[in-house]
Amino acid sequence: MANTIPIIINGKTVQAQAGQNLVDAIRDAGTFIPSLCYYEHIQPPLGTCRVCTVLVNGKPTAACTAKVRPGQKIVTHTQELEDVRKGMVEMLFAEGNHFCPACEKSGDCDLQGLGYRLGMEASRFPRLFVNRLIDYRPERMVIDHNRCIRCRRCVEEVVTEDGKAVFSFVNRGKDTRVDIDYDEEPKLTETEAMRAMHICPVGAILVRGKSMARPVGERKYDQPAQGWEKAEGPIEVPKPRPGAPKKVVATTSLAGCFGCHMSLLDIDEEILDAIELVEFNRSPLTDIKQFDRRCDVAIIEGGCCNSENVEVLRAFRENCDILIAVGECAIWGGLPAMRNVIPIEECLLESYGRTMNLEDGQVVIPHHEDLPELLDQVYGCQEIVRIDHFIPGCPPDARHIWKILKHVLFGEAYVLTHEEFKYD
Amino acid sequence: MQLARQYDLSWVEVEGVASFYHFFHREPAGRYTIYLNNSITAEHSGMADVKAAFEEATGARLGQTDPTGTFGLYETACIGLSDLEPAALINFQPFTQLTPQKVKALVWQLRRGVPPELLADEIPQHIQHSLPPEQAVLLRPFEPGQSLEPLLQLSPTEALEQIEASGLRGMGGAFFPVGTKWRLCREQPGDEKYILCNADEGEPGTFKDRMLLQYLPELVIEGMIHAAYTTGAQEGWIYLRGEYRWLLPGLKAALAHYYASGWLGAEIPAQEPFRFDIHIQLGAGAYVCGEETAMMNSLEGLRGEPRVRTYFPVERGFRQKPTVINNVETFAAAARVIELGGDHFASLGTSQLKGTRLLSVAGDCTHPGIYEIEWGTPLADVLDWAGAESSMAVQISGPSGECVNASYSHRRFDWDDLRCGGAVTIFNEERDLLRILHNFARFFTNESCGVCTPCRAGNFIFSRKLDKLSKGLGRADDYVEIQNWSNIMRQTSRCGLGRAATNALLSAIENFPGYFAGYFGKQDNKLKHPFALDEALQDYRNAVGRTLGNE
Repeated sequence: MANTIPIIINGKTVQAQAGQNLVDAIRDAGTFIPSLCYYEHIQPPLGTCRVCTVLVNGKPTAACTAKVRPGQKIVTHTQELEDVRKGMVEMLFAEGNHFCPACEKSGDCDLQGLGYRLGMEASRFPRLFVNRLIDYRPERMVIDHNRCIRCRRCVEEVVTEDGKAVFSFVNRGKDTRVDIDYDEEPKLTETEAMRAMHICPVGAILVRGKSMARPVGERKYDQPAQGWEKAEGPIEVPKPRPGAPKKVVATTSLAGCFGCHMSLLDIDEEILDAIELVEFNRSPLTDIKQFDRRCDVAIIEGGCCNSENVEVLRAFRENCDILIAVGECAIWGGLPAMRNVIPIEECLLESYGRTMNLEDGQVVIPHHEDLPELLDQVYGCQEIVRIDHFIPGCPPDARHIWKILKHVLFGEAYVLTHEEFKYD
Repeated sequence: MQLARQYDLSWVEVEGVASFYHFFHREPAGRYTIYLNNSITAEHSGMADVKAAFEEATGARLGQTDPTGTFGLYETACIGLSDLEPAALINFQPFTQLTPQKVKALVWQLRRGVPPELLADEIPQHIQHSLPPEQAVLLRPFEPGQSLEPLLQLSPTEALEQIEASGLRGMGGAFFPVGTKWRLCREQPGDEKYILCNADEGEPGTFKDRMLLQYLPELVIEGMIHAAYTTGAQEGWIYLRGEYRWLLPGLKAALAHYYASGWLGAEIPAQEPFRFDIHIQLGAGAYVCGEETAMMNSLEGLRGEPRVRTYFPVERGFRQKPTVINNVETFAAAARVIELGGDHFASLGTSQLKGTRLLSVAGDCTHPGIYEIEWGTPLADVLDWAGAESSMAVQISGPSGECVNASYSHRRFDWDDLRCGGAVTIFNEERDLLRILHNFARFFTNESCGVCTPCRAGNFIFSRKLDKLSKGLGRADDYVEIQNWSNIMRQTSRCGLGRAATNALLSAIENFPGYFAGYFGKQDNKLKHPFALDEALQDYRNAVGRTLGNE
């Protein structure tokens, strides 16, 4: 190869092309480096998402913004770097309103895929829940600003035949977003419009009627990926040790749909073996309403949307040694948190203002001393109490739940498969 | 729409540029557009009352115009008048030390049709501390042309050697050696090179460049001329922040004088006569444009986003050509280096930082204003000269700098100590540190260019964290989180804005452990996190109350 020079990646000398983009050089050397905004042929590189941050000669640098130069020393994997890159992905999840189960791009989404790949169970940052527009005005497209990660690919790449930009960044600071030009958008050909949707790493650009073309199950991140174990046979439940006391488990569904409980039961006949090992205390499965003994582990489904949820969660924290948040709702609010971008009064008036009118036209919002009161937002469980483990998914895979449960109860080591780790 | 057609751009592109800058309005912003400074010093000087007085007198609510469209009332980030707060701009004319009475009288005059230019306040030079002649560099008598005379005896290389010998470093905050920068530019091939003067003094709390541009513009111009002589550049620009538009007539007059004297234009007298022109471009309200590559984008008519650092400006800068970009004070100091000699300059200061620095001192003190100090001066001396009493904290270099405990008497202005970018803002013991930090966080949340994730989202996330702390919902873990999150922003942000945005918070926590102990872990029990249940239920209770007619 012309003009090949040696550089050092993680202590090993490799050959790379002088002037080559560092992301490509690192990947050519067989090393994994995440990226979202990087798009090989855009020059100068966008450098917006920062998830490819590595050390170049000791200095933290977004790899996509650097080129191969003589004598370069690159470090891609340290504990700190991995934490920083994961932090970037978590920050994007916290900034936008990403409801994976309700997204057309789920399974094809690069942000989601990177969350899986980096093993993001919960974002360390609280969700910002900013009310953002879903723009239905363009003729052929729908732009969902809730999902946009402002990577700038569309801004640079999508132009009309006469060279006019269709997308542009507008505003600045926290209000920065990508707007579409309503006059230029209709001038795009069908192919160009589809390309816009495909280069969008998330589900922000949708072409009407085309966004679900690829069926779920056949999507990019539905396929087993490099770095993940293959899924294998039935879930195995450990044999009970003779004389060992049964572990006590409690469960609850707060602001959830019971889907995670359904998933928990989804291990088929193995559940019969499990019953030999554990005993359920307070749980909808037993219909025990109050704790009557201390529990080893609690499985929490759902977030907190009202005063009762907060009370129940606090009681679980008091009576159980280990709390496991199961599912997106328990982790950060999940689908019920869609209301978090709208003031509670507006939500209530929308629900009750137009349906339950008394004869004098007065609006009545349900309220009674026996009814729980609604919180201003739906809160993830760790905003209220300490949570010890997070199992993402909507619902999480039964195997995932049981692997964690067995790990927590019996100290079993576990490896997750790609199929088991999902947000939708 | 019209602009889009004129420049053959799509509408959204024009919108993208216009919406980046605070002073471009998409709707009429009043015949009199009023911008109130929302910096922390303005807040501490009583801006809330001034704002209320403006609202009452004009009938406009903040962020809007009054129904007749006569007055528009807006907030803006620091306008460079921290020594004269509370201050405002009306049609970009400065109005200082406002009081509710003064506002009332002012609005009455405006309604009578008196033009703002006639009502505007005189801005004093406000020099509070100058050095004796053998030490002073910037603040000493000056006659236009004084620093240009030596050029008759100096070749460009010899002039450059003087700059290099002086040890002068960039005063904008990065402290890059000026001689090295100019030499790198000189060595670049090609004739098309540019000199840019960064007069986008946006760091809240600083105003020394304002004073230089108002009272010593000739010194700055001469510094640019030296840069042109040594590098071979033939064209220069002064990027003047929009907040300083009132300085424009003075600057233009100064430039006209230089053209008339032959010190600018086709044949500037020197050992090797040369050509150099200077233009002025106004900014339009965007802190980040003080970042050098953002400024170049802004000058090129784009959104003021910092560029990806593939090249240094001396390699590919403005219009992708080799560019020297220095700050106002740097050019002024460079002119003095040529005038006084590099060795003299190098004899001042410390082993690591040569010469002197202008400080913009403001906040809780009796003598706010400009101070020229030699590098190495103790902070305690400056506080003493300023008449700062019962000081609690001193913010060095504005919100992106360090928050120092005022009782730490050993701190000095030097390379590895207080590497001050110009602003020294003093807070006394009555001020609430968390509120100050909150003001800073809000500033960065709004002023981030929005391009990279850590700065756009990170600053927003941090302002939420401070909300939580000020509500008394802090936990011991919060300190660990703040450190982890700051580290993420530092390592990943695209430019200095995001990397420095949490400096004040981190240093405040470090320097005021007692104060923060009250916020971290006050009601922590490790298992149950503090959560304000009643507050979270208040919206629902209010909604129910309203529908029952109870409110």
